[in-house]
Order: sequence, then structure tokens, then C-alpha cells
Amino acid sequence: MSLTLLALQALNGLQFGLILFLIAAGLTLIFGVMDFINLAHGVQYMVGAYLAAWFTAATGSFGLGLLLAMPTALAFGLLLEVLIFRHLYERSHLDQVLATFGIIIFLNEGVRLLWGSAPLSVPLPESLSGSIPLFGGISYPVYRLAIIAAGLGVAALLYGLVNHTRIGMLVRAGASNAAMVSALGINIRLLFTVVFGFGAMLAGFAGAMVAPILSVEPGMGDNVLILAFVVIVIGGIGSIRGAFLAALLVGLVDTLGRFIAPTLLRALLDPAAASQTGRALAPMLIYILMAAILFARPSGLFPVRR
Amino acid sequence: MSARLRGTLLPVSLFLALALVPVFAKLGPESFILAIATRLVILALAAMSLDLLIGYGGLVSFGHAAFLGIGAYAVGILSSHGIDDALLQLAAALAGAALFGLLTGLIALRTEGVYFIMITLAFGQMLFFLATSLAAYGGDDGMTLSSRSQILGHDLLRSDAALYGLSLGALLLCYLLCRRLTASRFGRVLSGTRENRTRMEAIGFQPFRFQLVAYVMAGLIAGLAGFLFANQTGFVSPATMSWQRSGDLIFMVVLGGVGTLHGAVAGAAAFLLLEEVLSHWTEHWRILFGPLLVLAVLFARGGIAGLVGGRRG
Amino acid sequence: MSAALRLQGLCKSYGALKVSDGVDLAIEPGEFRAVIGPNGAGKTTLVHQVSGLARHDSGRILLDGRDIGALAMPDRVRLGLARSFQVTSILPGFTVRDNVALAVQARSGSSFRFWRDAAREPELNEPAAELLARFGLAHRAELPAGLLSYGEKRQLELAVALATRPRLLLLDEPLAGTSHAESREVVERLQALRGSLTILLVEHDMEAVFALADRVSVLVYGRVIATGTPDQIRADPEVRAAYLGEEAA
Repeated sequence: MSLTLLALQALNGLQFGLILFLIAAGLTLIFGVMDFINLAHGVQYMVGAYLAAWFTAATGSFGLGLLLAMPTALAFGLLLEVLIFRHLYERSHLDQVLATFGIIIFLNEGVRLLWGSAPLSVPLPESLSGSIPLFGGISYPVYRLAIIAAGLGVAALLYGLVNHTRIGMLVRAGASNAAMVSALGINIRLLFTVVFGFGAMLAGFAGAMVAPILSVEPGMGDNVLILAFVVIVIGGIGSIRGAFLAALLVGLVDTLGRFIAPTLLRALLDPAAASQTGRALAPMLIYILMAAILFARPSGLFPVRR
Repeated sequence: MSARLRGTLLPVSLFLALALVPVFAKLGPESFILAIATRLVILALAAMSLDLLIGYGGLVSFGHAAFLGIGAYAVGILSSHGIDDALLQLAAALAGAALFGLLTGLIALRTEGVYFIMITLAFGQMLFFLATSLAAYGGDDGMTLSSRSQILGHDLLRSDAALYGLSLGALLLCYLLCRRLTASRFGRVLSGTRENRTRMEAIGFQPFRFQLVAYVMAGLIAGLAGFLFANQTGFVSPATMSWQRSGDLIFMVVLGGVGTLHGAVAGAAAFLLLEEVLSHWTEHWRILFGPLLVLAVLFARGGIAGLVGGRRG
Repeated sequence: MSAALRLQGLCKSYGALKVSDGVDLAIEPGEFRAVIGPNGAGKTTLVHQVSGLARHDSGRILLDGRDIGALAMPDRVRLGLARSFQVTSILPGFTVRDNVALAVQARSGSSFRFWRDAAREPELNEPAAELLARFGLAHRAELPAGLLSYGEKRQLELAVALATRPRLLLLDEPLAGTSHAESREVVERLQALRGSLTILLVEHDMEAVFALADRVSVLVYGRVIATGTPDQIRADPEVRAAYLGEEAA
């Protein structure tokens, strides 16, 4: 194991963590502000990826594809909100879980019907396709650096929005006390719709960004959704700051864990057993991390309510 | 009392119908009918245990398929090492389910509401990934069982009818057990906590202990279902405990009627019927199934048991 | 140290707001003590802290000389403390009888019993029936508690609290929201309880307080500014200025 390899994995972990943040940010606000559990948030990530793939193929340019995918993802999120979600806010969590589960099943099958089961691949944009040398003689793909930059940019933008604008103030107030916000005479319905659409767009953006480096396929949002849940639970529901830190933590632990666990175990076990145990253990690490954090702090690292 | 009569009418007729399945199976493609019916009974068992949590405890667990998977893997792993005794396999299945329930329950039950849903989902997924990385036991692809479990060295379960009988017996036994349980002192504390946790604490109960016991019990029953499931399919794979399966189980509970126990049986039957009918129609049957789920939530409250009547007040 | 309940320097802040600012209080066994005070004086918080629903930041809570400050609510209840809630807190889907029977169950034997039908346990039902009769709810026993009238719910709330056989009963505005007739009924029930157990009553209704209490403490901005018999409190100039005066003005 070399240090450069470790640094590369850390960068991959950072990139993965930032993608998770883009998904978790919208989700945590939806939970926090509306007390609404939206399982269908993951498919919005998938929809973003498919839209990017489709528009890229149609226009021949990833940049244009991304540009078109964003408003479409937003519109799609708003459509879902108006058609279905809006009727579920007052319902029990059980109803919300089941209805949004139905949406996942529908959309996963829908994209399979439209684009087939085989993964789509999206070509990397020409200008971002190379690698650039970093410190210590290692080089890193430009596109992944672009994802890191975009993720950090969105995080900064969100931070500004939530902390320094009127709507951000309402969202924060809504997350800690929704009844108070509606008592102030704010149109809470509209606030919900805005938060929802915005969250859907962020998830769609994340999906579009990873389209060139991951395979775009039905069900790609499911696993990411559960990881986003882990992020939110660790960070504390409704907390953007918590989601950010937890996303990076989960991204790094997951990526580095798969890399380091077998190596560490080699000190205890023979190589074959170590690599097998390591492979079995690594995907469980983030869940064990979640369990440990929850055991100490049942409402996450940065609880918003009370 | 008519409400009480109607309340027993549905479960009695459901179990009667299930008891008659082997008779009717002889009239048609016997092994096909028995396979479907066995699957129904096993899923009903798992869904019923989930109803104990959702309907009585108010605990929406989205990781219940994990217990099904533990039961199935207990059979698969032991049989791959040449241990095919049903009692040993069942003991392992139940011990595994109890341990997993205890460990995850200790953490998940410290939280409430959406946290609980997400955490149970995450723990279920954790086990799923563990199964996919068990290369020695088939990894992603799972493993085929060489034979069904042996009872005291005899291959009694080789007959489909015998496996069906065992499964139905298990369902009936667990149903009666759950019925007693929900009306007992323990069950009352569980339901009381669902309605008003603070009130229960204010009269001196510690809800956590009761919820934990209920969570482990539900896990045990689902573990038993997993043991049967592996024997029915002859195949064990991570898909047994996918999170979609957990969602399906919730759907069965809600479709049948939350908090009725027998509703889970009706829900499992309706679910399998839907799956059969829709998938005969089109390979993309899920595109119809999804919206059906949404519509069921939006418009059909109370489930099948609610329609037939005799719903718990 | 013979006090049934003793509070020493109880403090609690929410951010910059001090809701309890060094509360000292000693209630004798069998005493009926009322705590009055203007809105926002910290009365409900006091009940929450004593019952264990809210934690205090510092100070001590002694129940029969034992510090219960670190115990969770269920543990305090097991030591003989019971409470009612300002906002009615019952199990709406349970019948009226089962609401009370469940509270009886909490004090009679283990609840980890999985087989026997609890609805047929005379051990639970008989004490419940007796309490329901005392609170004029016998004819409502089979009704889901959620369907009771508001006044009846208040009565049920008291019956549930008493079913745990407490030595100390905390009442958080039991008259809040009741009609005149309903409130007279509740006062009658409370009158009948006098002397049988120690009671701490937090209440707005002055008429009821002065009729019921052995002694009254006045809580203003998280501090007890006076304690005395109803007559002493009526006459206390500081209380009049801080509290009664405001009411009159």
C-alpha cells in the first residue's frame, strides 16, 4: 500500500461524499421542514442521470445536456409534488413510505421500459477528459476534480442560501418548528413546494454529474438513497451542516474502508482470509459507524429540533 | 355480538381456505399450486410478524426482510457444510434472528418516527451487503440447496404437501400466539405506547423494554419464515433480504389491514395474486404495480380486513 | 427532613430564558399545596421537572428525602409519584376502562405476561371499575376514551393518575378549559382526595385554589416569592403587587 494510492482513494472518497451531500441536502430539508419521509428521492437522482444521458445524446454535448437536464429535473420534481406528495404531507409515515415506495417501483420500471435494462454510458466531455498531475507525482482525472469543485460550490451556495436569505431563514425556522412558521402567516404550502423542487433538482444534478463516470441504469438511485439516509441520520435531520459533514464522513469511510480494511486485517489473519473478511466487512463499515454514532447521540451529530 | 363474529369470520375462512388448498391442488397442476400456496403462507407469516410491529407497536420497520434472509441463510450456510437437520437449522435461524434483532433493536428503538424507518432500512441493507460479499456462500448469486431440510434424518419435507402442511401449521401457530400476545398485558403496553408514549411513561412503564421484546419476537417469527422460505425455493440469495422485499412486506400489511394480524394473510394473498396476474399480462408489470400502490395509499384506507369489517377499534 | 416533596434551588433555562430560577419548596406529607402564578411563571415546567418529563439544570428534587432528580419518569412513578397533564393525555383508542386498567397494571405485577387475556383479569378490572365509579365514569367504561366529552376526559385523567396508587400527585391545571359545571365536579373530586395523599396543584383558577389548598405558593418568573395559607396569600402585599394586583388591574 502506498501513500499516493491512499491519497487517490481519499480524493475518491471526497468526491463520493460530495455527491452524497447533493442528494442528502434536499432530503434532509424535506424531512426537517415537512416531516415527510420521501423514499422517492433516490429515483430523482436516477432521473437526473437519465435526463443527462438523453439530452447529451440528443445534443451531442454534455454541457448542453447538463444544462437541459437541470430544469427538467426541477420540473419533474415539481410535477411529482403537485400530483402525489402534496397529498401525503398530512398522512402517517407509514402511508408516506408506501406511496413513495410505489413511485420508486414505477420509475425504475419506467426507465427500463424507455431505455432498456442495459446501462447507458455517457461520454466524458472532451475538455474534462484528461488527468492532471497533482502533488507527489500522482495524477487525477480532471472530471472527478470538477465534481469535487461543483460539490463544494453547491455546498457554499446552499450555506449562503440557508443562512443569509429570507427563504433560507424560513426553511431553518420550518425545520425547527413548522407550526410556528405557518402561524406567522407564511404560505407553508408554497415553501414546501419550493424546498421540494429544489431538493429534486439537487438530486438530479448529482445524477447528471455522475452520469459520465458511473453506469446509468434502472435502480441506480436505490442504494444511493439508503446511503443518503445514513448521512441524514448521522448528521441530524434537518441540518445542512450535519448533512455536509456526515456525507464527507460516509464517503471517506466507505471508500477508504474498502481499501484499508483488507490491509489492516492482514496483520491479524493470513492474506486470503484477510482479503475475504475485509471484503465482507468493508461495506458494513458505514452502518457500524452509524450505529455507533446513534448509540451515543440518538438524534445525530447536529440535531435541529429541541 | 356481530362485530365480534365478523372479526372472526375472515380469519376462520382464510385459514379454512388455506387448509383446503392441498385438496384442490390435486385437481390442477399440483406442484405449481402448492408452490404458490406455500410461498403465500410463508410471506403471510413474515408479513404478520411485521404487523405485530407496525399495527400494534406503531414501529414502521423497513428492514424486516433481513430476518427472512437470516432464516434462509441459516439453512443455506449449514446445509453447504453438510448439516441438513431441520432442528439445528431452525435453531440457528432463530438464534441469528434474535441476536440481530437485539443488537439492531437496541439502537433503532432509541429513536422514533422517520429515524426509526431509516435506521431499520439501513441495518437491513447492511446485512444485504454482507450477504453479497460472502463469496464462500455464493456472493451476489446466492447458492442452491442440495436438498430440503431433514427431520430427524428423514427426508419428510421432500413432499410439497408436507412442506405446505408444515408452513401452514407454523402460520396458524404463530397467528394464535400473536392473537394471545396482543390481548395480553404485554400487548396492551405495546399498543398503549403506540397511542401515547408519554402517557405510558407517566403511569410507570418503560416502553423501550416492551418494544425491544416485540421487535425481537417479530424477528424470530420472520426468521422462522426465512427457514421455510429457503426450503420452498431451494435457493438462497441476497435478494431474499433486499430492501424491496421489506417494502413488499409493508405493502402486504397495509393492503390486508394494519393491526389485524389476519389482514397480513389476506394482504399476502392479494399481493401474490396481483404479481401473478400482472406479470402474465406484461413483463413490465411493475409499471402498473407501482401506481397501484400509490392509489391504494391515497384511496383505500383500512385494507382488506377493513372492508370485510371487524377491524380492531 | 419529613417533607413529602422538597425542591432545593431548582434551576432550568431555555437559552437565555430562566424558567426556574432557584425554586425552593417543601410540602408536608398529606398536604394539599397549590402553586399559582401569572402566565410564563414556570408552573408547568415545575410539574415537568418534578415528574421527570423535563430535566432541571441544577438543584435537587427530594421525594420522601430521596433525590429522584436523576431518575427517568417511569422510575419516579414507581416510587409513588403520579401526574396529570394540562393538555389531556389519554389513550384515545383504548376503552375508558382499559385506560384505567392499564394504569392499574403498571402497579400490579409484571407486564411481561404474554398469554393471558388482560381484559379478563379481575385483578386489573376491579380496581379500574371502582375508580371509574368514583369519578362518575362507570357508564362510559366500554366507550373508546377518545369519544368522551372534554370534562369527562379531565375526570379520566385524574382516575388514571390515581390508579397508579401514588403518594404524591402532581396536577397540572386540571381545570383548564372546563366549563363551570365541569370544573365544580373536578373540585369536588379533589376535595374528596384531601388528606389521603400529598398533592401539588398548579392552577389558574383562584377560586378553586383558595378553596382547596392548605397552603399556597406563588411563583413569579421562576421564583417562589411567597408561601402561606390562602388567607395569608390573599393579604400579602408583595403577592398583590406582583400577581393579584395585575389580575385586578
